[in-house]
Amino acid sequence: MGGDMREVHCDQITETIARLCIEACTELGLDVIAGFQRSLETETSELGREILQQLIENAKIAGHEKLPMCQDTGFTCVIVELGQEVHITGGYLYDAINEGVRRGYKDGLLRSSIVEHPLDRKPTGDNTPAHIHVDIVPGDGCHLYVLPKGGGSEQTSTLKMLVPSDGREGALKFVVQAIANAGPNACPPLVVGVGLGGTFDKAAFLAKKAIFRCPIGTPAQNEIDAQFERDVLELANKTGVGPSGLGGRTTALAVHVESFPCHLVALPVAVNIQCHAARVKHTSI
Amino acid sequence: MADVINLHPPLTEEDMLSLKAGDRVLITGTLITGRDAAHRRLMDLIEKGEPLPIDVAGQMIYYVGPSPAPPGAPIGSAGPTTAYRMDKYVEPLLKLGLRATIGKGFRGATVKEALKTYKAVHLHAIGGLGALLSKRIKSARIIAYEDLGPEAIYEFDVEDFPVIVANDAHGGDVYSTNVRQFSELPEFEPSWVGGQLAG
Repeated sequence: MGGDMREVHCDQITETIARLCIEACTELGLDVIAGFQRSLETETSELGREILQQLIENAKIAGHEKLPMCQDTGFTCVIVELGQEVHITGGYLYDAINEGVRRGYKDGLLRSSIVEHPLDRKPTGDNTPAHIHVDIVPGDGCHLYVLPKGGGSEQTSTLKMLVPSDGREGALKFVVQAIANAGPNACPPLVVGVGLGGTFDKAAFLAKKAIFRCPIGTPAQNEIDAQFERDVLELANKTGVGPSGLGGRTTALAVHVESFPCHLVALPVAVNIQCHAARVKHTSI
Repeated sequence: MADVINLHPPLTEEDMLSLKAGDRVLITGTLITGRDAAHRRLMDLIEKGEPLPIDVAGQMIYYVGPSPAPPGAPIGSAGPTTAYRMDKYVEPLLKLGLRATIGKGFRGATVKEALKTYKAVHLHAIGGLGALLSKRIKSARIIAYEDLGPEAIYEFDVEDFPVIVANDAHGGDVYSTNVRQFSELPEFEPSWVGGQLAG
């Protein structure tokens, strides 16, 4: 191995992932709580405002008592941005991450929600395996992002291979209709991840990556995407779905778009719906 | 705040007929829990004509898979799971006298029809309030299918457990009614809006 490589030991990755799992499930980000508070000023439904207050109260209880804010502590999604100058020592990176999930869910009294096979449905019992995505990046950093993704909102997510003639208007309609259809099942107010372009699978991952963006509401760097975010958010909050799907103006707190080049024939659009328990935690080793 | 109706299971047909979609309800007493895996087992027994390990007559089933209980607490986080996954299991339980389901989200047309036929209701608990709702659960014990872990059937003793009548026994649907009330974009009507609106 090159002598200049920075070494990161698997034990450190395991400990960090375990800690991030517990923090994510029990400490709702201040960005999300601020989103609830801002929505209290614009929500016209009395019941909607009451629900937003309860979400703030729920987050307080969870944080104070180290209790999961939601019993569905999710499918553990992990993104690693791994500098190409980093050498992982002491084991295999994926094993270290899964061991972190195993420990975090056990020590944090987090619910295990994963079954071994979609058809035989035998629980794994420790919430592993995590859904792990590794991006190799320049430099010697090791950045870990953990998102315990709730099942109810994930089930309302959708993808469509549009065609170029559908254009921006077609893409916008597809995304807003997906938000309306998600309704009460997705636990609004939502953070909506949108993947535009790429291939079938790339679009879906872009949408997932978009819900990792924090603080929520940070606009896309590309102005085409940022304008699309603003337009979807405005329309989403006119659908009437509202907090918990019981009517109101607060259907989405934020819309995040990630885009990628695509084929001449294609306009893939993926919508990954994130419930109000938008639980991203990250750190760098 | 709107008037609140207090319910104490076991419940009667009259209790259910008096509820209207949109009513605010506080439940005090016993709730039976159950979700996907437990329902599949109950259905197997019903199909074979065998007795169930629980008596659902007059009861409410809460769709929940709680997180593990911290030391000294009766239960962990315990908010509702999505109701429609249990749609095909509803009618056989209504036939046995079940009076209410508690979960989050809309029900299919078959369930809405069955609620009218059997004089029962679907109640909405706010999704993602697991920590807050756990404070309304005073005790919890597993009464069937312990091997299913979070999917086991529990008996919860609850106090002032807050829900909203989502689908009443007269065909009223709070989700459709409320989204129409607040929507500024009729062209984006959700796929689940339909049926009779609440009065």
